Amino acid sequence: MPFIPHTEQETQQMLDAIGVDSIETLFDEIPEELRSSGLSEVPIGMNEMEISRLMHERAEQDSRSLCFAGAGAYEHHIPAAVWELTTRGEFYSAYTPYQAEASQGTLQLLYEFQTMMTRLTAMDVSNASLYDGASALAEAVLMAVRANRKSKSKRILMPRTVHPAYRKVAHTIVHNQGITLEELDYDTQQGYLDPASLPDDPGDVAALVIPQPNYFGVLEEVNALTDWAHKHNMLVIAVVNPTSLAILTPPGEWGSEGKLQGADIVCGEGQPLGVPLSSGGPYFGFMCCRQDYVRQMPGRIIGRTTDLDGKQGFTLTLQAREQHIRRSKATSNICTNQGLLVTAATIYMALLGPQGLERVATTSHHNSGLLVDALSKVDGVQSVFKRSRFHEVVVKFDLPLDEVLRAMSAQGIVAGVKLQDDYPELENCLLICTTETKTEADILAYADHIQRISERQHSTKCPVKPKMA
Amino acid sequence: MSNVPQELRYTKTHEWIKREDDGTLTVGITDHAQGLLGDLVFVEVPEEGDTFNDGDDCAVIESVKAASDVYCPVAGEIVTGNEALADTPETINQDAFGDGWIFKLKPEDAGAFDGLMDADEYIELVAEEDH
Repeated sequence: MPFIPHTEQETQQMLDAIGVDSIETLFDEIPEELRSSGLSEVPIGMNEMEISRLMHERAEQDSRSLCFAGAGAYEHHIPAAVWELTTRGEFYSAYTPYQAEASQGTLQLLYEFQTMMTRLTAMDVSNASLYDGASALAEAVLMAVRANRKSKSKRILMPRTVHPAYRKVAHTIVHNQGITLEELDYDTQQGYLDPASLPDDPGDVAALVIPQPNYFGVLEEVNALTDWAHKHNMLVIAVVNPTSLAILTPPGEWGSEGKLQGADIVCGEGQPLGVPLSSGGPYFGFMCCRQDYVRQMPGRIIGRTTDLDGKQGFTLTLQAREQHIRRSKATSNICTNQGLLVTAATIYMALLGPQGLERVATTSHHNSGLLVDALSKVDGVQSVFKRSRFHEVVVKFDLPLDEVLRAMSAQGIVAGVKLQDDYPELENCLLICTTETKTEADILAYADHIQRISERQHSTKCPVKPKMA
Repeated sequence: MSNVPQELRYTKTHEWIKREDDGTLTVGITDHAQGLLGDLVFVEVPEEGDTFNDGDDCAVIESVKAASDVYCPVAGEIVTGNEALADTPETINQDAFGDGWIFKLKPEDAGAFDGLMDADEYIELVAEEDH
């Protein structure tokens, strides 16, 4: 069987059969201005030798630095077994095979992944993953607008404490559908969305997004926010770090007892679960929801069933949501998942177990406390928000930040992520992350270097007495 | 030819419509349509107070073979949806013209019902589609 799907001759036969001269004619309903006139920014192809050299050069730019940058992508220890197993021939594939008759192993693994995610989030159902955390939030917004039957609104309340890149991606994906993301400002003293700042009468709104922990690493008042949203007929979209759920209240239990409890849709970035930083990707998004909304959920869902012989089997389920059946009315044009990365995440979670994941989360949290203590001893350096955090902290320096970052980099340390570009009010502030990969010695070394840089900066600020003219 | 009750009206998209004594319209899908779709697994009904124009899709039925929209036969406001179908979608397979009704509608124009297809026209339509 040839691997080319159709030869020129076959293409011509098909065109003749439908009475069209060329493939180009099939696209004539697409207006001229919407067509791409070529991809001028895409360079010409390279041969293997050239690409190998380029990749080596790029790889060398990744120094073996001590990374204190987080901001949505987190360096965790990944047991060697995770990728050893993930890259076995049985799993290693460019495209996830879904055929139930051929792929029981893959389907079972995805089913186990879904089970783990529902346990971690305390939600009813999970899909088999999405592209990444940011697009998962965009999908959650679209889903909330469809699913909220108490609201006809296309307004979504989006705290500024949600990751800035997620907000931009969500806006890009949803704004052409008339959905508006209305920003809610945060309390500048404590770095969280103060429930007392929320309006008594917000009007008709489809959903409130609640990040936990938020972009600053600070914990939000999720119970009060959930109660408020549900009181005003909004759905609650939780954006969570999966590692943190090992020690924090899962979104399925947010809210006061006796009221409608729990987030309605939970999404986030799956990278912390066994996926290396890898210069920014590929990562994977995850999404869970209440049973009531499962038919509005995008993405693949694997179900367990019994076959004709009464044996357990796994298969895609609820496919009528998807574009190969619902066509233009599908819940999403996402009809796939990040299979290989989910394979790694599932093995990672299975290897660590609930206790292991809890140790990772607890140690990461503990380390951020060590860092804050160590930095608090340095003059002119202070932690900005006085609230409980997970494993990231916003620190303000009375030094020029670019100089700090450069000086730390010279010591092989990525000191953190500058916040000023996305939050102009957070001038000279760094978002610093400590995971379980940082030892006490690493953290003390970080503080020592800051101390030294600070002293040097301040000493050079003392002008040499000008010579008398 | 499957069952086509004479007292009902019909649409090209295989909905049936019954005028109740109080002027509201009860809408479902025909026995012929449920036969084409096969075993139903899910029905999403519209909510009370929703308003639709004629031809708007207002409900979704999903079978083991396909998912299809149900179209509103005349403009109006939903009085109630048959919520029982959420748990027992197979009712439509068993009793398409009775307990398998999907929603009740208060028509904007009381006369719109009379403009819909009658049973004989619907039988003709189905016969044509079968060719």
